Amino acid sequence: MSQELFDAMRQSVIEGDPDLAATLARKAIEQEIDPLVALNEGFVPGINYVGEQFGLGEMFLPELVVAGEAMKAAVAVLEPEFARRGTARQILGKVVIGTIEGDIHEIGKTLVATMLSASGFQVYDLGVDVPVMKFVEKAREVNADIIAISALLTTTMVRQKDVVGALHDSNVTAKVMVGGAPVTRSWAQEIGAHGYSEDAVGAVAVARHLMGLA
Amino acid sequence: MKPDFRLLAPDLVDRILDEAFLLLRETGVKVQLPEARQLLAEAGADVDENAEVVKLSERLIREAIASVPHEFFLYDRAGKPAVHYGGDSVQFDPGSSGVHYLDPDTLEHIPSETPHLVRVLKVAQSLPAYDAVSTSVVCNEVPKAIGDLYRLYLVLLYTTKPIVTGAFAAHTTHAMIDMLAIYAGGRQALAAQPLAVFDVCPTPPLIWSKFGCQNLIDLARAGVPAEMVSMPLAGAGSPVTILGSVVQHTAENLAGAVIHQLARPGAPLVWGGAPAIFDMRQGTTPMGAVETAMIDACYAQVGKALGFPTHTYLGATDGKVADYQAGLESGISALIGALARINMISGAGMFDFLACISPEKLVLDAEAIGMAKRLARGVEVLTDTLALEMFAGIEFKADFLKKKETRTLFSKEQYLPSRVIDRGSIRAWQDAGSPDAWQRAKAETQRILAAYQRPASPDQERALVELVSHLARQAGMDTLPPLVL
Repeated sequence: MSQELFDAMRQSVIEGDPDLAATLARKAIEQEIDPLVALNEGFVPGINYVGEQFGLGEMFLPELVVAGEAMKAAVAVLEPEFARRGTARQILGKVVIGTIEGDIHEIGKTLVATMLSASGFQVYDLGVDVPVMKFVEKAREVNADIIAISALLTTTMVRQKDVVGALHDSNVTAKVMVGGAPVTRSWAQEIGAHGYSEDAVGAVAVARHLMGLA
Repeated sequence: MKPDFRLLAPDLVDRILDEAFLLLRETGVKVQLPEARQLLAEAGADVDENAEVVKLSERLIREAIASVPHEFFLYDRAGKPAVHYGGDSVQFDPGSSGVHYLDPDTLEHIPSETPHLVRVLKVAQSLPAYDAVSTSVVCNEVPKAIGDLYRLYLVLLYTTKPIVTGAFAAHTTHAMIDMLAIYAGGRQALAAQPLAVFDVCPTPPLIWSKFGCQNLIDLARAGVPAEMVSMPLAGAGSPVTILGSVVQHTAENLAGAVIHQLARPGAPLVWGGAPAIFDMRQGTTPMGAVETAMIDACYAQVGKALGFPTHTYLGATDGKVADYQAGLESGISALIGALARINMISGAGMFDFLACISPEKLVLDAEAIGMAKRLARGVEVLTDTLALEMFAGIEFKADFLKKKETRTLFSKEQYLPSRVIDRGSIRAWQDAGSPDAWQRAKAETQRILAAYQRPASPDQERALVELVSHLARQAGMDTLPPLVL
């Protein structure tokens, strides 16, 4: 009985159907299924499959993104149930993400946020044109493990450095990862960022690494 | 007959325009500068101040863009009209705003600095394939606050061709206009005979940022040509279909054109862009994809239908070295741009999604451009009879080499490639050490650099150095990087 439901959950993520994923999550709650079991046996295998197929070049970004959306919808339904039962889903880490002040490029940042969220991180997406201090304040507020800063312009990229400085001044110990077209590994090193990734898939690996995970 | 590559039937151009007008009327455009919203409101647009959204009627748009000049010239530093924006003119310039330089020996992509940009400029100035020069790479050792005007400074010192450039901040736009005015003989003279065009970018989808708006308004009022570079990213920043992206491009450029023309009717403006498809495996924006070139050809056709001069980004590769991929992407896309009769095609010399530039690749791309321009010129009737007269005295002998027509017409009929194109025998190639195209390009680049002479204009130069040194000090630089003069 449950196995059938878990298969449907897996499929809802693979097919990228947020409505169906939410419905199935509610069904699990109605059937008194442990939300952690529903998540790990049902939805997670779906996102893992999509990630794997993406890595093999058999699935593509639009599929990856909607799978992430389906995952998000399922988690949103299950979250209150965790709280009610006093359990918690395993979160790999808390990430505050945004595109730096003066820069309104969204696509890359959102892709990274989706990938991190689908991979088990708790993501706080501050959007675009985010002032330096807002990163710091949000990181402090949610006790973030990682701050991810995107910049697509050579002129705005310099403010990534300001975030690193502001974090230091405010004694916020979150690790910083940076990305965006003009951002290079040497730039990341120069400004004292802890991680750098070329793309959204790589960003997950970097974030895991920063959390001390394989 | 000149070849003219069109992907859109006339009724499809109309449909694109219809949907773009509908988009601007129903969804509107986000205009983030209050002054721009005010201009639009005064012209009768429906402005939502809180949401910063402006809705434009087709009538308002058509009235505002009626004043866009259908053509204008950019002048070289000797005061000669050297680039024609408008009609079916096809011209090329190197790509802009890269951050890396391809080391010709190690093939590493290294952060670009002043000597790299100088080499690029010397080559672009020397090769006739390039009708204009551009502020091609960021100089990473220079404070970002003056990075854009510093690049223009080098361009003014090392070249005389018309310039494709752009500013990163509103105050530097003014500084850059002042720098150009030194060479034009004042701001008014600059407006009368512009030396440069400035790229100005909307943000996909359908957003004109504060800075973008400010640039449009400032350039229009200064009478300095602006080039709208709308960049739909098909499937991510814009609809996934070619036509869907062209509709978005049309709407963004129309909105920009309205703001620009309201600021000063009749100011020169270019219908440009740098769209790309979105790679669904890598999340990258391939400039060498054939569909990217197709979007460009389509939007250029729309721009031409509206009477605008046109621009695009083609002739670059996403590859990392000058290999087969680089050649095919750069060559094919340059050819499509030329056949679509786009007035200015930027992108030559670049690798890696416009991030990396190389003078050696500029030398190679000059050949693709030479051939593309040759094809765009088409087949011409150069003689009274096509062949008959040249058969006089031939008597079945292959003696056409002796013909006067051969001597006088061959260089008109045939594009003469430089030494980077190998048309020699295998023995000659082996004797030369079997050099591949990259090695030939390196040698040719060395020859060009050795022969290069910096243009002399001591008076303007003194004024320029003074102005830029002052601006650099304001940005915290005590001295400008030493120049290799």
